[in-house]
Amino acid sequence: MRTIAKKTVVDAVAGLCMEANRYLPADVLESFARAKAAETSPAARAIFEQLEENAALAGETGMPLCQDCGLGVFFVEVGEDVRIDGGGLRAAINEGMVKGYQDGFLRKSTCDPFTRANIGDNSPAIVHFDLVPGDGLTITMMAKGGGSENMSRVMMLAPAQGWAGIREFVIRRVAESGSNPCPPILVGVGIGGNFELAAINSKKALLRPVDDVHPEAGVAAMEADLLASINRLGIGPMGLGGATTCLGVKIKVAPCHLASLPLAVNIQCHSSRHKEVTL
Amino acid sequence: MAEYHLTTPLSDADVSKLRAGDVVYLTGIIHTGRDAAHKRIVDALDAGEKPPFDLKGAVIYYVGPSPARPGRPIGSAGPTTSYRMDSYAPRLIALGLKGMIGKGMRAPAVREAMETEMAVYFGATGGAGALLGLRIKDAKVIAYEDLGPEAVRELTVENFPVLVINDCVGGDLYATPDLEAALG
Repeated sequence: MRTIAKKTVVDAVAGLCMEANRYLPADVLESFARAKAAETSPAARAIFEQLEENAALAGETGMPLCQDCGLGVFFVEVGEDVRIDGGGLRAAINEGMVKGYQDGFLRKSTCDPFTRANIGDNSPAIVHFDLVPGDGLTITMMAKGGGSENMSRVMMLAPAQGWAGIREFVIRRVAESGSNPCPPILVGVGIGGNFELAAINSKKALLRPVDDVHPEAGVAAMEADLLASINRLGIGPMGLGGATTCLGVKIKVAPCHLASLPLAVNIQCHSSRHKEVTL
Repeated sequence: MAEYHLTTPLSDADVSKLRAGDVVYLTGIIHTGRDAAHKRIVDALDAGEKPPFDLKGAVIYYVGPSPARPGRPIGSAGPTTSYRMDSYAPRLIALGLKGMIGKGMRAPAVREAMETEMAVYFGATGGAGALLGLRIKDAKVIAYEDLGPEAVRELTVENFPVLVINDCVGGDLYATPDLEAALG
């Protein structure tokens, strides 16, 4: 049994929150450069220039990339042979998130759903645990903004609807979202599983690098079809029209019930902020 | 598409010349307000009370900024999605609100109010929070401090870059999604 001090987890999570909110992953920045080169509309190119300048300014000043520093969402792979000394893992992650949002001058965005009173420290962290063999601990933090999350949906399709039904639902969802979720977006798609697993898988899919190609050829082809189709919508960067409505579509598939075809569409804004650490 | 430098408060003359697609640089005082602040402003109006700032010629920026770092008036400050303020906006427009800054589509009722009362909807670049926050020269909370990031702030801006999305003659800059092409 390996023991990790609670403070190690707290400090690592605080660092993840600050860095995820200040520095865009390299693959996201590279996708901006590729998309900018492909845009012919001056308005669309101007948006990419602003996003690149914004990323540079955030890095220089320590200001977050976006004022919506998101809910703190964590995907944790915890080994069966790991224990946290001095407190539970969930508590350590929450404490680290609170510290990171405080020390990093990040916006606290959690509130009571009825009174709408701000909770004040961005807690509680939303933590998804996966128990894995071994004694490792890998924590991935995603800063997920409200604007793109609001455009996301779960839909229980009938099995007869199949891929055609999935495809139409995803495309219509992006069309109806229009300029709201800060395009160019990333689209995470969870197919199969059940109601909650489809949703979790749609979010996990967003952690893959933008230029990543799915290892299964059939799924890779679905991703390529959805990406090309969505970009024919012409919504463009910030809704101003153009070739880039979407930077990438990522699908995660799981077996489902005989009676069901669960589908989740998790929309992510261009500011796709996430970072991982292994302890 | 024209480029204008405008100083707040905005007049009917300012608004009437703007068309969807124009680039505008705003200088002067603007006020922040998003979901919770709009609810309180409308509740105050219902109770016969005054709004926390003069709505005549006002520009409201839909933003909940991040905390200011030492030496800065404000943190990152890009726009939030505007449709959540749609149920409140026509009432404020009728009381003299001239400009709204946000991102994303507005409801038909808001666009109609903008035409009948002469107001304008500006877009700022969503997710460019650091860039936009650095264009804000001063910020102070003037109402509803308990709302934290959602409190109403008076902002002093200098050449704050916005784009006319909806003008007062029915113009709309946003692209209409081509569903037929996408669905194939």
